[in-house]
Formats: sequence, C-alpha cells, structure tokens
Amino acid sequence: MSAEILNELRSAIVEMRFDDTEGLARRALEAGVQAVDVLNDACLPALDEVGVLFREGDYFLPDVLMSVKAYDSAYRLLLPGLKEGAYESRGRVMLGTVEGDIHEIGKNILHALLQGNGFDVVDLGVNVSPAVFLEKAKEHKPDIIGMSALLTTTMPVMKETIELFAKEGLKDSFRFIVGGSPLNQRFSDEIGADGYGEDAQSGVELVRRLLAS
Amino acid sequence: MHALIELLLKEAPVVTDGSWGTQLQKRGLSRGECPDMWNLSNPDRVREVAALYVNAGSRIILTNTFGANRFVLGKFQAAEKVVGINGAGVKISKDAAAGRALVFASIGPSGKMLVSGDVTEASLAEAFEEQASALSAAGADGIVVETMMDINEAVIAVRAAKATGLPVIASMVYDSGKAKDRTMMGNTPEHCAEALAAAGADAIGANCGQGIEGFIPVCKKLNAATALPLWMKPNAGLPEMVNGEVVYRTGAEEFARHVPALLENGACFLGGCCGTGAEFITEIRRAIEGKK
Repeated sequence: MSAEILNELRSAIVEMRFDDTEGLARRALEAGVQAVDVLNDACLPALDEVGVLFREGDYFLPDVLMSVKAYDSAYRLLLPGLKEGAYESRGRVMLGTVEGDIHEIGKNILHALLQGNGFDVVDLGVNVSPAVFLEKAKEHKPDIIGMSALLTTTMPVMKETIELFAKEGLKDSFRFIVGGSPLNQRFSDEIGADGYGEDAQSGVELVRRLLAS
Repeated sequence: MHALIELLLKEAPVVTDGSWGTQLQKRGLSRGECPDMWNLSNPDRVREVAALYVNAGSRIILTNTFGANRFVLGKFQAAEKVVGINGAGVKISKDAAAGRALVFASIGPSGKMLVSGDVTEASLAEAFEEQASALSAAGADGIVVETMMDINEAVIAVRAAKATGLPVIASMVYDSGKAKDRTMMGNTPEHCAEALAAAGADAIGANCGQGIEGFIPVCKKLNAATALPLWMKPNAGLPEMVNGEVVYRTGAEEFARHVPALLENGACFLGGCCGTGAEFITEIRRAIEGKK
C-alpha cells in the first residue's frame, strides 16, 4: 500500500502534477511512512529522473521548474517531520555569477535543481566579486562554491577568485566548481577548479560526486 | 507585409551585419561594463563598429541597443536611461550608415524568466514598449527582436515593436534538445513560426547559440512552417578558451561555404552573430554573388 503511494508520488513529481503531490505525501505519512523515507524513496528519486530527462533533451527548463514546484508542495508538507527525524541536508553549495557578469538564468536553474536534490543553497546573486565570495564563504562555510559566467570577458574572475582563496590559505577548505556556456573542462583545469559542469544537470551530478569523495 | 520588407525582398538575399559585442570588446569594452552605455560614453567607438559593417557592404546594420531595456540597464543602475541610450544607439548607426544601409534596431531579452515568475507579462510588455518607442522616435528603419529563448517573451516584444508601425524581425536561439533545434524553453521552430507570425512579425529567424552548420536544419524547418521571409545570423562556431583567450574556430571562408545551403532553404537575410566580423560580411557577399 505505502509502496504504491510512494510510487504514485514519484510519478506525480516527474509528470509535473503539482496539484497531486501534497495529497500523495499526506497519504504516505498517514499510511505510516516516515517523512525522511517519503523524501528518500519518492521525492529525490523523482528529481533524479527529471534531471536525466533534462540532460537527455526530453525535458526542457519549464518542465524542470514545474517538477520542482510539484516536489516543493510535497516537501513543504514533509518538512516538519524531517526536522524531528534523522534527516540531514546533502551539503551546502554557495552560488554566484562572477563580477562583471549579470547573467543569472543558468545559475538560477542550477539553484533550483540543487534545492530539488536536497542541498542547502546560498545564492549570492550576480556581479559577485572575489572579495565577496571570500567573505561569504567564511560566513556560510559551504562545502562547495559554484561560480557562473556567461561572458567570455568575465571568465577570468573565476581564476582571480580561486587565487584570492589560495592567497588567504583557504583554497583547500572549499571545493570550487565553475559553469557557463563559454567554459570548458580545460579552462576549469587551468584555473585550478575542482570541476566543471557543462549544464545545470551535470552541475548537480558534479556536486554529488565531489561530496561523495 | 510591410512595404519596406517587400522592397528589400526584391534584392534578396540581403546581407545584414556581424557581431557587435565581439567588436566592442576589441575596442576596449571591459569586463563588467554595460555595452549599451557606450552609446553615451564612447559613441565614436560604437560608430566605428557600425561603419565597419557599412563599409563591408551590409545592407542592414543593427544598433548597440541589445540590452537597453530597463531590466538589464537596471543591473547597471541605469534603468532611467532607456530612452537616452536607445536614442543614441539609433543615431550612431544612422550616422555611420549615411544612407548606405538601413538601420534595424536591436531588442534583446530582458534576462528575466516568465516561467519561474521572475517577471510578469505586463511588466515585460511595458519595458519593451518603452524601448521600442524610443528606438522608433530616434528614427530606426525597423526593429529586430533577437536572441530570444522564450517564445512567450518574444511574442510580447514583437507586439511592442509592431505598435511603433515599423517592420519587425523576430529571431530566436535554437540550441537545445536532442537535435539542437529547440529553444532553451523547448519551443520548436514550427511553434515559434506560428506564434511570431500571429504576433505580427514581418520576418522570422534564428541567431546565436550555435555555428552555421547547426542553422541549416533549423532554417529548413522554419521554411516549411512559414511563408514569412527568413533571417539567419549564426555564430562563428562556439567559443573556446585557448591559453586564456577566447577563440571562435570558424573562419569567414569556412562560414561562407555553408551560405548556399541556407539560401537553398529559404534564408533571405543573412549575417553573423558572436565571433563574426567584417570579413564574414565580405565572404557572405562573395558567396551570394557566386549563387546569383
């Protein structure tokens, strides 16, 4: 019975039926499933599936946003139960578009996907200077710092940011990831980042991989 | 169809211009600077770019107003300068054209997403109306709504542009999905063709996002889906980093080798987007001459 409900909830998230997900999550809780299990056995696998559909080109951004919205209705219902239970965030990621660059769509997509995957996200917005990255990293102590750039002219700020952390002796305290349409793996390696995500979904997978290692 | 577009089609294929952003960077536009503000602070260098394309034989040149809407300018604390920046942009291109080329003013995306509730349709409409009327008041010959990734935003911008009475071109970025023939929002060429025509576009097309080879299947689909003339502005390939410098791999001659395929699939207006310069315009003209 409860397996059936969880399965139905998973499909409802993938199929963007955001009117159904809250009710299904409630039914699962009423059937005696722990909030953390509803999250781990239905919600997160659903978002993983959405991520794969996005990466493969079957889903587009609006589909992802609708699925995250469907997930969110269920998640908000689960939240009180998660706080009591043995639920831990998968990790904290701090994001920002680098100084001189005001393009935020890519970063916002990654933000939504990371949240949907159970990560805490600290979003510094756009036009973030190396000094602000440093200051906020000290304050929020993220596991991973993600930098985004759309402009080829702003890509070097990523390098400057990593160099500033190195100068402060903090380069190894955080993992750095970079993304944005003009970037590639070689650039990421050149500037000493820990990883590069070709698109938002690979960004999520990269975060998972880094936190698992 | 708008009389000016009809007139232009008599001499089709019509050569448009190449990239502005790449050219402004070559002239010292630095990181973090707002390109559109150069219309006020560095008009001579903007004029150089416009003149570059006029001298290369562009029949239509655009304007340095791609991001001159209140949302993008607002990020540079210049939201109140919409009218001045757009007006100056048209004037600069007009001066450089000196009657030798037409000036179609550029309207780019707002940078906000309708789908995530970032912005409402009404406030987008207001912003695009403000920009379009400033461009029109300054004497633009037409308006190009370009680099749009969301058909809903494009339709709002086209309606705003059409309200000025000028001819309007509507161009989307197709770079997503399995076959790289959808917009970021998943819109197909067929869907865009229908929606943009319904919004009143006088010509539709594609720009940016991928190199010229990737434009051929998109052009074919648009051609099958619409009777409107087609506008194509591909990138010079995709940017790559080489020793810390940004490089576009496709050269002008290689680019021009694909021009006949676009013409065969109905392209009427041809130019280039990111990474292209005056030499691309020269080569496109040569390729067209070869076809005539």
